Amino acid sequence: MSIVNAIFVLLALVAVGSALLVVTTRNMVHAALWLVVTLGAIAGVYLLLAAEFLAWVQVLIYVGAVVVLLLFALMLTRAPTGPQPDLNRGRIIPAAFVAGLVAVLLVTTVVAGFSDVRLDLQQSVVGSATLTGSTVFQTWVLPFEVLSVLLLAALIGAIVLSRGDDRR
Amino acid sequence: MPLWWPLVLASLLFAIGVYGVLVRRNAVLVLMGVELMLNAVNINLVAFDAYFREVLHGGQTLALFVIVIAAAEIGLALAIVLRVFRTHGHIEVDALRELADRDEAPTPERQDAR
Repeated sequence: MSIVNAIFVLLALVAVGSALLVVTTRNMVHAALWLVVTLGAIAGVYLLLAAEFLAWVQVLIYVGAVVVLLLFALMLTRAPTGPQPDLNRGRIIPAAFVAGLVAVLLVTTVVAGFSDVRLDLQQSVVGSATLTGSTVFQTWVLPFEVLSVLLLAALIGAIVLSRGDDRR
Repeated sequence: MPLWWPLVLASLLFAIGVYGVLVRRNAVLVLMGVELMLNAVNINLVAFDAYFREVLHGGQTLALFVIVIAAAEIGLALAIVLRVFRTHGHIEVDALRELADRDEAPTPERQDAR
């Protein structure tokens, strides 16, 4: 097993383990912090898969912004910091059954479809900031502009939603 | 590295996200499950980008766009969550049943519409 494969297996184990803790922990703030570990491990997976710029975007946007936003929401909704016994619904078994079914279905599909395909990471072009920038602003410039309009709409929507009832 | 390794990782993360969305009662924790699912999709996109190695880098660019859309989604969703907390005093998704189907007798207008 090469060093890249070993690092990938390690990162995958960290990602899956901390993701399991995100959905099972009884402490809400701990769930957000385990999400940081999961997202960081996924950023490492991006680095291994030659997506360098995407890995740093993942660290900046997800670990930096999204998790902080989630922590702010937990704080503003006065989430208790101690362990909570009733964070899960009383439907753990059906939920675990559905999730297990999804996992079995997806894993069997991808293993059956791609079991003999190998990734040749030696020859892959690293998605650096230069390369990603040139592709985004040349080939994908129209979706990029549409996305900027979407972000503006989300911004205005969030402001309007959180403004309150002062204007009738 | 076999291609199915990252794909299996993505599948497992997606299933864990599904479990989180189904089992959690707090709306913010449900959103964390959604984030896990979006990240699983991104791993798929990046893995296939590394496999196809096309010049346009469609997989990585699309993963970038998914991250942007996820950021917009989480901003809007947390605004809605804070709004719900302001009006209801809690964000338990099980208890928010104003829009649920009820067993009351249908109003005459509804019968006419049918």
